[in-house]
Parts: sequence; C-alpha cells; structure tokens
Amino acid sequence: MATLFHGVGAALTPFSASNKLLLPSPKSESRGAIFLHRSDARVNHAFNLKPATPNQDLFIPNAVATKRETSTKSGHELLLFEALREGLEEEMERDPRVCVMGEDVGHYGGSYKVTKGLAEKYGDLRVLDTPIAENSFTGMGIGAAMTGLRPIVEGMNMGFLLLAFNQISNNCGMLHYTSGGQFTIPIVIRGPGGVGRQLGAEHSQRLESYFQSIPGIQMVACSTPYNAKGLMKAAIRSENPVILFEHVLLYNLKERIPDEEYVLSLEEAEMVRPGEHVTILTYSRMRYHVMQAAKTLVNKGYDPEVIDIRSLKPFDLYTIGCSVKKTHRVLIVEECMRTGGIGASLTAAITENFHDYLDAPIVCLSSQDVPTPYAGTLEEWTVVQPAQIVTAVEQLCQ
Amino acid sequence: MSFSATNFAQPRPVPVEVRSNEKPLSSDSFRFRGPPSFLGSPHSLRFNPIPPFKLAIPHSQRSNASAVTHIANGKMVKSSANLLITKEEGLELYEDMILGRYFEDMCAQMYYRGKMFGFVHLYNGQEAVSTGFIKLLKKEDTVVSTYRDHVHALSKGVSARAVMSELFGKATGCCRGQGGSMHMFSKEHNVIGGFAFIGEGIPVATGAAFPSKYRREVLKEAGADQVTLAFFGDGTCNNGQFYECLNMAALWKLPIIFVVENNLWAIGMSHLRATSDPEIWKKGPAFGMPGVHVDGMDVLKVREVAKEVIERARRGDGPTLVECETYRFRGHSLADPDELRDPAEKARYAARDPISALKKYLFENKLASEQELKSIDKKIDEVLDDAVEYSDESPLPRRSQLLENVFADPKGFGIGPDGKYRCEDPKFTQGTAHV
Repeated sequence: MATLFHGVGAALTPFSASNKLLLPSPKSESRGAIFLHRSDARVNHAFNLKPATPNQDLFIPNAVATKRETSTKSGHELLLFEALREGLEEEMERDPRVCVMGEDVGHYGGSYKVTKGLAEKYGDLRVLDTPIAENSFTGMGIGAAMTGLRPIVEGMNMGFLLLAFNQISNNCGMLHYTSGGQFTIPIVIRGPGGVGRQLGAEHSQRLESYFQSIPGIQMVACSTPYNAKGLMKAAIRSENPVILFEHVLLYNLKERIPDEEYVLSLEEAEMVRPGEHVTILTYSRMRYHVMQAAKTLVNKGYDPEVIDIRSLKPFDLYTIGCSVKKTHRVLIVEECMRTGGIGASLTAAITENFHDYLDAPIVCLSSQDVPTPYAGTLEEWTVVQPAQIVTAVEQLCQ
Repeated sequence: MSFSATNFAQPRPVPVEVRSNEKPLSSDSFRFRGPPSFLGSPHSLRFNPIPPFKLAIPHSQRSNASAVTHIANGKMVKSSANLLITKEEGLELYEDMILGRYFEDMCAQMYYRGKMFGFVHLYNGQEAVSTGFIKLLKKEDTVVSTYRDHVHALSKGVSARAVMSELFGKATGCCRGQGGSMHMFSKEHNVIGGFAFIGEGIPVATGAAFPSKYRREVLKEAGADQVTLAFFGDGTCNNGQFYECLNMAALWKLPIIFVVENNLWAIGMSHLRATSDPEIWKKGPAFGMPGVHVDGMDVLKVREVAKEVIERARRGDGPTLVECETYRFRGHSLADPDELRDPAEKARYAARDPISALKKYLFENKLASEQELKSIDKKIDEVLDDAVEYSDESPLPRRSQLLENVFADPKGFGIGPDGKYRCEDPKFTQGTAHV
C-alpha cells in the first residue's frame, strides 16, 4: 500500500493538464475505481489491490466525495473549463448585459478555452478582445459595470491582474462605498492562477492572498466542474464584485454535472467528506492533494472531515464552525504562501471564533515563501504534498 | 477661414487643415501636429514661454462669418458680426462659472474654519473648461473627473448643498459623507468621481463610454448616444493608463472625450520638467484620434471646441483628445503653500481670468447688463450661504451607516458561526459589528 501510494502520489502530483482524475460519481457502480491517466498513457488502477497495512482490512472505497442528490444516469459529463463555459453561456443567454472582456477571449477562444465559441455566437463586442493593458481594461470593466453592464473580466493568468491591482482595489472594491451606495459594480474578475507545471515564478502566483484585504469584494475558488459552473453563475448574478479563482491544473477535470440549471451560493463552503477526527480545510487544487492524503489516512484508521472552503472571502464560518465543534482539530491545507495567505486569515478567524472548541493548535500547511522555481523537483517541494498532509494529521491527532 | 496665431512670445506657424463645409470631422483627416520641436529648454524653465496655441480645429460646420473671439494681447476681440452665444446661454455660462468660483472660495473659507478636512483641491481659474464642456452635455451623459472635482459636479447639476455637505462629511452629502472632496459621485447626474489617484479614472471613463456603443450595437437601442467626458490634468498625461485608454477608445471608437486640463503644474512639478514632449494634444493622432488644443481660459473657445467634439462622439465617430491650456489660481490643494510658481506667471494668467473675460464679452456685445450679472452674483452668494447653512445643520453620519454600503448585496459579509448571514445580525444595522 505504501508503495502503491507513492506510485499514485507520483502520478497525481505534479497535477498536470494531461492527467485526468476521473471522480467517481457517488452512487456509481464503479465506486472506488479511480483511473489515473498518466502522460505516458499508462493506466493505474488504484485501490483495487489489497491494502498493505495488516490491521486495515476494511477498505473504505468512497473516501472521495460526499453523496450529492443527483441521480447517476442523468446529467452530462464535461471538463471543468467546459463547465465554466457552460455557466458563462447560460448567463449570457439569460441577460444581454453580460459581456466578457479580456485578452484573447474572443477569436482565440480564451487561452484555456473557457470562452471558446462565444465570440462567434455573441459577437466581437460582447466577447471583447482587449489589447494587453490589464490595468485599463479592468478599469474599463469596472466603469462599464457602474454604468449598466455586467462584465466578466478575464485575466489570462491571475498573476497578470497584479497590473490591475489599483483598479481592483481602489475602484472595484471601494467605489460602491465611496459613492455612498450609488453605483453598484456587478463585475466578475476571473482567471487561472496557482502553481502549474513548471510555469515559472511569475505564472505561478496565488493572488488570493494579495486581494483578500480589499474591502468590498468577494473571492471564491472553484475546484470541480460542478462548483465551477455553479460559482460562475452565482458570481455573474451577484451585485457585488466577485473574483473567481480558477486553477491552471484543474481545467481538465471531468465530472458529471446535472442537466438542470443550478446556482451555488457564493458564501458557502462545500463538505467534501464528512468525518470525525480532524477538520481539513482546503480549496482549489489542494483539495485533491487532501483527498489523496485522505485515502491514506482512511486506510490508516483516521476519519478526516474535508471541507472545500470555496469562499475565500468571506469565510463560511458556519460550516467551518460546525466542523470544528465536532472534531476539535483543524488542519488547513492551502497553496498560498505561508505569510499572509488565506490560511493565515483562516487560522485567525477560527481562533477568534472557535477557540474554546479546539483541542490542539491549528496547523496550517501552506506553500513555502519562495518564488516558484522552474525545476520540477523544486516546484514540487514548494507546494504541499499529500505525504505532508498525512504526517500533519497524524501529528495533530496524537 | 483659418486662424492666425495669437500673439505670444514665440509665434510658430502650425498648419491647420482647412476643410470644405461638407466634410465632417473624421479622424483620418486631422493633422494638427506642428513641426516637431523640443520645448522646455533646461536653461530657462521658469520663463519658458508657452507656445502659441491655436484653436486647431477645422470649422467645417461653422458659418464663414462665425466669430471665435480670440485673445490678442489680453483683450477679447470680436472679429465678426455673428455672436457665439445668445443672451440666455451667456447668462447660463456666467452663472455656472460664478457658482464654481464662489463655491471654491467658500470651500477655502470653510476649510480654514475647520469645517472640512483632508485634501481639498480647488478649481479657481479653470472654470472655463468645466463650464465650456459640461454645459453642453445632456443629463444622460457622464462626467468622470479627478480629485479636483467639485466644480465638475456642480456644472453637471449636483446641487451646491449636496457637494458642500459631502465636503463637511455630513450624511446628506452626495456620497453620504463617505467620499469626501475627492470622490464626488452622483448617479442621478451621472457624475462618476472624483478619483484620488491620478489616471485611475480614465479607464473607468472608458468603461462608462463603452455601454453607449454596447447598447447601440448589441442591445440594438437606437438612441443610445450618451457621451462621456474624462477630465484630468497634465501630470496624468505621463501615466500609462492615459495611453492605454487612448488606444482602446480609438480602437473601438468609443464616445469619449479626453479633456486635459493642462494647468502646467502637477503640485510642484512643472509640466515642462516632467514631459518629454509637452504638447499633449499632439499625442492624439498617434493613437488615431484628433488632438485639439484650445485656450482654456476662454469659455467661448472651449465651448466651440466642445460642441464639435461632443457632436463627433455622439455621431459615433469616436474619441477626441482636447488639451485646454488653463491655470489654477490657487495652490494644488489647500495644504500647498504654492511657493514654486512664479508670481509673474500667476499675474499673467490672472489677467486672463475666464470670468472677467466672459463678463467683458457680455458687456461689449450688449448681451447682459452690469445689473443682471450682479444679480447673478448675489443669487449665487445666497445659494452658497444656503449650502453652508444646510451643511452645518445636516447631521453627521450615524454609526449605523458604517457598514451599509460596503457591499451592494450584504450577503457578501458571509455566513456567521450561527449559520445566519452576518448581515442579519442587528450589529450590522447598528454599525457595531466587526468585519
């Protein structure tokens, strides 16, 4: 099992765009079978082998996801970027004021194909290809939002939006307040961020930690096709400015999502796996590292409760609080840097609100405060790996 | 008919294309660039004469006998029989400029009496630009300004009461006291700021112009022809956002006019010391839009240019860059001791006071009597006294106001530990909750 885990772990991380993690839908017959397609096209059938730990002959197959109330036969399968596009398209269909602006969103279809086909359908003005001027086109989106449209500004990579920080902070976040509530800014700013596969330091940034202090904005991070579509729709419909964080490595996740229209709540967290022993709070790509570690933990006898916080600002203190009150131990696993990251804020928030319920100090696993190196091995060591999560839980639960 | 250069120190011929009456203004026929020259010789920065500026705009739509009065040697000269304005228009312009001037003077008074605080930037001397442009706008048109925005808001129609209360930080201010001097907003009058950082309003202005085109072309609303005016200064013209927006506006032919209020000074930085090519209007054609220079101390000249460029934008022909040569009589802000500027320069511009100039024009053309103007002065005095009284008596914002406008949808404060949305907590409506 240990060797298998390492093998699986190596296959899963770094999580490249060519790997497809097929999440089993909760009630499917093939539950427990996880197919890992590695870039060399070998398929590892994980978890159909005997567990290695001798005292663990009970293997819990559906350690991955909670049951959702959708039937398995309905719905349609798609990849995460397609789910984003579906959500976007539905909203554009529904409200003619919804428009998209960004670099290469139109004719090129988006660097990650989120807006593919939309310019052909809705025209060049509604899916606007902008020049390379993040500060100005983000400001333009904000001005358009203030005067009646509902733009979605795409940062080709979230890191590029650092150039638009002035607009996002001063104008997007603050103008509703500064104008005494006269102007609403129903803008969605979205884009892929996070550590990719050897993209280098500047393309591997986690902007959620920089933006979290800006008053007046909401931040959400999607992690599955289901929540990507739901959050995209919710963000577009929200009257508040919302920053939607996607992850470069998650665009090719495949999942079966409902055919019926659904919109998720921007402020709620998602219970990924209920448990009793420890609360693991995570978001975006780290969810998968956590779930990977969860399999190991489960087979070691632990019962982690995994929550994808989804809403990075504000935190869903209810879901988190209920969990803390149940398990009394908290582990935060995030991709942000240690200093000033989402985990740091979350640690503070939990300590402030639920201190009495904690049996142990909160452990926060974050990326190292290091500019993400290019070399694959170094890059691997800057982000949190499943093995570290397992160790942390073991220590926490002593 | 072409214009001759005004008689300033270094007359330089600047070629002006004379256009026939039929051809409308179009971007590809504007060639207002003069022969390249480098201004701002390091040897004589202080007394570097301002090059002779011209109303460099073909007047294809003007009648041949139209008179744009120009200032020669400081005197307004009427050069033809046709007047530019009617009596009503003249009085309206005068009243608006007086309102702007008196308001700013009152601000200074109130500031020194401790009624308003922080950074207050006064507009004295620049009234011709605000009045000249904004009085031609419709209510649906948008004005986007910078921190020197009181008079822009007033010209657009925001009441003196609302602006003054905002400056006093009262709850009855146009932004409920939450914006202050540098953030005048009015949804009703389409005034979008007030921005504290220079240049950051220009992209927002570009965005405010975007829906006009969107409504026309995507939503198929035929009458969507709202125009946006972006006001900013000479210092901003060295900022990247300015150029990025010139590019985008010209690229998409947005109905926006970039109005540069070149008052030659960015706090203590002379425009000539900060800019490699100080002729800002020349930068328009580099981005594919006309660049126009106008004497910003002359409200009638500004108005003539404004008419053309606003019409152009409304037609859908795209943006224009208008540089107005103007001057602020006071310091950068009320905290600025204003020691760097040469008194001779200040005196030169004081002699070109736009209000005196308009007054003279009205008298000389028998458009108004001294009495009528004095009664306007008095009326504005009363308006301002009323505004101050109103602001004094207005309540300060209550604590409950603290958290109200952070989010348009207060669910954005999130879900609290008790499972309810935090905004449902009464502490939120009281303003005592901690976010």
